[in-house]
Amino acid sequence: MPNVLAFAETRGGELRKVALESVTAARKLADGQGGEVHAMALGAPGIGAKADQLGRHGADVVLVVEHPALAQHSAEVAAATVAARVKQGGYDAVIFSASAQGKDLAPRVAAKLGVPMGSDVLAFQRSGGGIEIKHSGYASKVIHTLMLTASPAVLSMRPGAVAPAENPRSGRVEAVQPAMDPGSAKVVVKETVPGRVGRPDLGEAPVVVSGGRGLRAAENFRLVEELADAFGNAAVGCTRAVADDGWRPQSDQIGQTGRTVSPQLYIAVGISGAIQHLAGMRTAKTIVAVNRDKEAPIFKVADYGIVGDALEVVPALTAAVRDAKKGH
Amino acid sequence: MKIAVCIKRVPDMESRFRITGDGKTVDETGLKFDMSDFDGYAVEVALQMTEKLAQGEVIVVSLGPDAVQEALRKALSMGAARAIHLKTDRVPADGFAIATALAAELRSGGYDLIMFGKHAMDSMNGVVGPMTAELLGLPNVNSVSKLEVAGGRGTARRELEGGAEILEFPLPAVVSIDEGIARPRYPSLKGIMAAKKKPLESKPVQLIAPRLEATRTELPPDRQGGRIIGEGAAAVPELIRLLQTEAKVL
Repeated sequence: MPNVLAFAETRGGELRKVALESVTAARKLADGQGGEVHAMALGAPGIGAKADQLGRHGADVVLVVEHPALAQHSAEVAAATVAARVKQGGYDAVIFSASAQGKDLAPRVAAKLGVPMGSDVLAFQRSGGGIEIKHSGYASKVIHTLMLTASPAVLSMRPGAVAPAENPRSGRVEAVQPAMDPGSAKVVVKETVPGRVGRPDLGEAPVVVSGGRGLRAAENFRLVEELADAFGNAAVGCTRAVADDGWRPQSDQIGQTGRTVSPQLYIAVGISGAIQHLAGMRTAKTIVAVNRDKEAPIFKVADYGIVGDALEVVPALTAAVRDAKKGH
Repeated sequence: MKIAVCIKRVPDMESRFRITGDGKTVDETGLKFDMSDFDGYAVEVALQMTEKLAQGEVIVVSLGPDAVQEALRKALSMGAARAIHLKTDRVPADGFAIATALAAELRSGGYDLIMFGKHAMDSMNGVVGPMTAELLGLPNVNSVSKLEVAGGRGTARRELEGGAEILEFPLPAVVSIDEGIARPRYPSLKGIMAAKKKPLESKPVQLIAPRLEATRTELPPDRQGGRIIGEGAAAVPELIRLLQTEAKVL
């Protein structure tokens, strides 16, 4: 009975949302086969307390890897421990998220197992003896269907492609030792640079408010921040031009060379809509654009466009969103 | 300091893409090509490093049909010392097959650093770098936005979602380069002339049988955008109404 291993990503002693997405995806893959889902979580002692949450989302077994040194994520230790477990046998698929951590980890695990992998997967289904996957390529301008025939099948799922779903299983805890001494890892984290507090991550936020050069000056990004605050659950992004000018950190950049996001709502403020930018946000469910130039390409992909100066429209929009939220 | 940079030739992403007659992949005939963006950053970082240390050399490596020599020549014209072309009839979708061929070439090269771009602009996978590192048993840091080496050790800043970490590692190592680290230089006329005389070694390689293959490629349906609901702040109430009643996202 082939089982599916889901890598349950943690950071700072907490499960990340993508951990639940990976377990949900693994459940889908295991169900057709009558297999079990095993979720593996690494962390400092105490991370095992998160097992019930993984069980609730469909993990039959939670493999808990606790070690004081694992308070800090180590890709070397995680890759070695996942691969060692899979090599014991019984697994025909391994699921990661295509998050920063998962993108770093999944290919290393695949190489340790001697197999190719499906990367940044949008959708999957079993087909014949393999797994058929969807993946976007060419600056997100095409959708490929690929057949992965290697076993085990290693996949990294695009964050947000699978919504976490409750599907309670026992979540029986099994303690697993790290496959290498965390103290012998060659790559050592010297310092962690925190992101901005109080905002969800760009890849996880249901609403993304993004600004471009149409804001005219770095300090006007305050208006974008205020609009994001009005939503309460919004992340703030920017264009490459703005990141290059140093108005915003590179990590906020959305586009071909930055982050790819698929929120429920994307609000583009003062963004013309170059291919470079569209590549990172064209799969958003609803797109709103505010731009002075009515010919700007952003309006061609926007569901709702307002022609106007961002500095005038955004404060009005912020006030209206605040009112709408109050009405709820 | 001996640095290998693995690069890929990709079509210009501003192109209008068409699908091949068999529906399997992108028809690349008639498109403009260049070195993939992140690979260009990696070449630049490697060149700056050898220039700063005033010693060492940059070797560029690319796998694929003869056409990839264009990208290798460009890297030579930027300042790389020599190029290695691993000749195959195509670039497979199977990144493990590519990593296996690269690792076989790089293993005995005596490189202090092996660099990749974070991902190729066409495949958007980013798996070949970390897979190659693993096959070579070398330390690996990905999405690097700052890199320094001294005394046989490297220090890198790695970008995470909304944050970053600073990592230290011994050389030799494999790193993949993110944006924001360095703008690739334009080849000078002198560089272009010099590149013609630089060694470019082409050797056929046999790829392992692919276990990941494209079966279909489609252009996503165009978004039904283009609806302008009004001008200026006066249009805001209508936008709120549509977000609540039509899009149901507010």
